[in-house]
Amino acid sequence: MFSPRTISLFAVLYGTWLLLSGIWEPFLMISGAAASMLVEFIAHRMDVVDGEGHPIDLTWRALIYYPWLFWQIALSNLQVLRIVLHPRLPISPAVGWVPAGQASSVGLVTFANSITLTPGTVALTVLDDRIHVHALTKGGLDDLMAGEMNRRVCQMEGVRK
Amino acid sequence: MSLFIDIASWLLLTAGGCLMAASGLGLVRLPNLFARIHAGGLADTGGAALLILGMALQAGWTLVTVKLIMIGIFLFFTAPTAGHALAHAALLGGIDPEASGDGDEDEDDTGDSHVGSP
Repeated sequence: MFSPRTISLFAVLYGTWLLLSGIWEPFLMISGAAASMLVEFIAHRMDVVDGEGHPIDLTWRALIYYPWLFWQIALSNLQVLRIVLHPRLPISPAVGWVPAGQASSVGLVTFANSITLTPGTVALTVLDDRIHVHALTKGGLDDLMAGEMNRRVCQMEGVRK
Repeated sequence: MSLFIDIASWLLLTAGGCLMAASGLGLVRLPNLFARIHAGGLADTGGAALLILGMALQAGWTLVTVKLIMIGIFLFFTAPTAGHALAHAALLGGIDPEASGDGDEDEDDTGDSHVGSP
């Protein structure tokens, strides 16, 4: 009942309530606690408070992965910006299946989302072990094929297949 | 110090606005649906992030900044989901992603006649 995941979900819900309201009156703070507990109860009834619905075990490794992802997003933003502003529009669209080594669905979704978040590559279809990717340039697809992002997401996931 | 923050925020907001405009330009210039999704990605990621950072600098250490960050986190998880939904729907709808090679150079108007219409 009072597992770390349960307590963490309550903290996130109540923290969201407090920060969004910003009114520190006893009545509203108690209402917030009650509402958070109600949501927590419903979430438990729906059986969604697990490693997929609230993956707290990924927190620390995610804090290592996301800064790297932000950097990649910034770099590919510049690349796509250059292509869009270039007078000759130097695109070389490519489609291919990128291998995905993630063991869990959270890892797979993170990988697919990361591909789509970096401008210039979009995940078209996601299967258990590979992702169908459309890239604006051949180079963008080759970078994904090289597999660094795949490796880093696997690292963040922290489990072996 | 306040002047410094104003300048930094001004730079971020301008850069974000330019990126948004470039994203719109890309949507018009790129030849077909799948290529245009990539241009939309500029607004979803870089444009939104820079604008939110610029506004957060203006707001300072207040609850407004917290709410801006929440908007950023929300966009960070929903934008790729929407992008993927669009791309996957286009794929299922029978638009061929391989056909993108047709109008890549300056044949903008002829290249997308078979994929451009909704």
